[in-house]
Amino acid sequence: MNVSKLLSWSVLAALILMSPVTVAELRAFEVSEITPGVFVHQGRIEPMSAGNLGDIANIGFIVGERCVAVIDTGGSPRVGIALRSAVEARTNKPICYVINTHAHPDHVLGNNAFTGQDATFITHEDYAQALGARMQIYLERFSALYGQPLSADVIVPPDRTVATTVSINLGNRVLKLTALPTGHTNTDLIVYDVRSATLWTGDTLFVHHIPVLDGSINGWLAIMQRLRYIQARRAVPGHGPATVAWPRALKAQRGYLNTVAEGVRAVIDRSGTIEQAIDTVGYQTCNQWLLFDEYHRRNVTAAFVELEWE
Amino acid sequence: MKRHIACLALLSVISTGLLAGIAHAAPSAESDVWASLKQTHFGDRPIARGAGVIGLEAPVRAEDAAIVPITIKDLLPADGKRRIDKLWLVIDNNPVPMSATFDFSPLAGRADIATRVRVDAYTTMRAIARNNDGKLYMASRYVKASGGCSAPASKDPDAAQANLGEMRLKTREQTASLGEIQDVQLMLRHPNHTGLQMNQLTRLYVPAHFVRKISIDYAGEPVLNVDTTFSLSEDPSLRFSFKPRAPGELSVRVVDNRQMRFAGSLRIEPMTAQAATP
Repeated sequence: MNVSKLLSWSVLAALILMSPVTVAELRAFEVSEITPGVFVHQGRIEPMSAGNLGDIANIGFIVGERCVAVIDTGGSPRVGIALRSAVEARTNKPICYVINTHAHPDHVLGNNAFTGQDATFITHEDYAQALGARMQIYLERFSALYGQPLSADVIVPPDRTVATTVSINLGNRVLKLTALPTGHTNTDLIVYDVRSATLWTGDTLFVHHIPVLDGSINGWLAIMQRLRYIQARRAVPGHGPATVAWPRALKAQRGYLNTVAEGVRAVIDRSGTIEQAIDTVGYQTCNQWLLFDEYHRRNVTAAFVELEWE
Repeated sequence: MKRHIACLALLSVISTGLLAGIAHAAPSAESDVWASLKQTHFGDRPIARGAGVIGLEAPVRAEDAAIVPITIKDLLPADGKRRIDKLWLVIDNNPVPMSATFDFSPLAGRADIATRVRVDAYTTMRAIARNNDGKLYMASRYVKASGGCSAPASKDPDAAQANLGEMRLKTREQTASLGEIQDVQLMLRHPNHTGLQMNQLTRLYVPAHFVRKISIDYAGEPVLNVDTTFSLSEDPSLRFSFKPRAPGELSVRVVDNRQMRFAGSLRIEPMTAQAATP
């Protein structure tokens, strides 16, 4: 998540609006059942703001015969509460797992809506380190953004972590969790629902929303090469439609990341500077993505400082 | 306590941002921070405007506050009558505003510097140049970025630790012509931890670990000496120039605040350049 940008734009917005957004304003919180037992709430394709309360990521839940796994919880406690209400409206089975696909605020700040219910929180093994390092900034910035203080307990540390793969059973419904090497971030975890052959990618896949690089561009491209062989009928991207065709939906993101990587390498090869790369690389892709102006230059910056070491 | 300081900083960011937004211009070059720094480092010596002597390029709005690219340009005529022998880089609103000093020998040829810095709060950034006649000149820019000093240390801390100390030296041209100014990029794998990055789950600060001194020599003669702080970004990158008069070795020595030492060199031959040997 581009936190510096969030501060510069959204804090101002929060100050100007000055009116706390209420749960009622999230009443348009909808979940769709994309395949039996798999429910997705589609986040808006926007930066986090006082207006959307961080409801910008795809989040949801999968219902087994015994219990429910929640996958990501949204960008504020209120989104988390709205998601919990949606779970309760769809099933009376208990929530046994809360899975965070990575340590970005739009996916985790709703976590504490699910504490106190015996749910096991599961993350990538490096999640606590990464979130711990960012936590202070997140709390300050999103408190300012939303116009109301977020307490430290919105950050829920994991009960169980995944180093390679872990399977969990929701009652005749097995989810396979796989921890990825550094790509979108260094804490990405994907979830595969065996029964419906649905792959929940978290932000390892962006659709329509420009990919946001906070890990390693080479790592991310390598991960996509590996993931394309997963035999999934559909995928749930971290941002974009609630469900997309797999692996076809990888194509646009792969094209963008390759364009950025190749463009940045060309600048580096002629001893160009990071500023030259930011000013020139990748603009031919701008009509293909939403939020291009918000994240593209930062992606080039991140790619440059990685690729200049090749 | 830390939280309080950070919150105050945030408020000042907001108010400064609003002011800047309304005025469509940078705030006055005479901030309180600068008035105090100026007194400490330069006393009552006059500092003239940098036009025609020193330039500073920086983005108005930085994409990543932990990696803000800046360029300091030596604008003096190349006739060699006057030269810049020292530069100070000041970032008013960083925890340690005096971010770097650069001492140039005549071998440097030109006092051009490009690097990347952390910016902790909306700030004026300044490059102050001293000519070899002792006169001071200043160029400044206002930069909108924040959180660069308390931002997480690294996108991938494990990889950062594994690569610590790796150094690269690159010349812009593949061939080096003796007697002409060469541009060189020095890159060092180093976390440059600020000591302000707290892990709230462990309640521990990542201890400060940053580069203090960079000494660059050519054929045994000094070219450039840099004293610096954690205002430089992770994996510090420094572009500088030098003017080789004869074949020789460009050598770099780096010392950090834990007394860890790193070295690298680049053999300069007429019309050739070779890879760095750490």
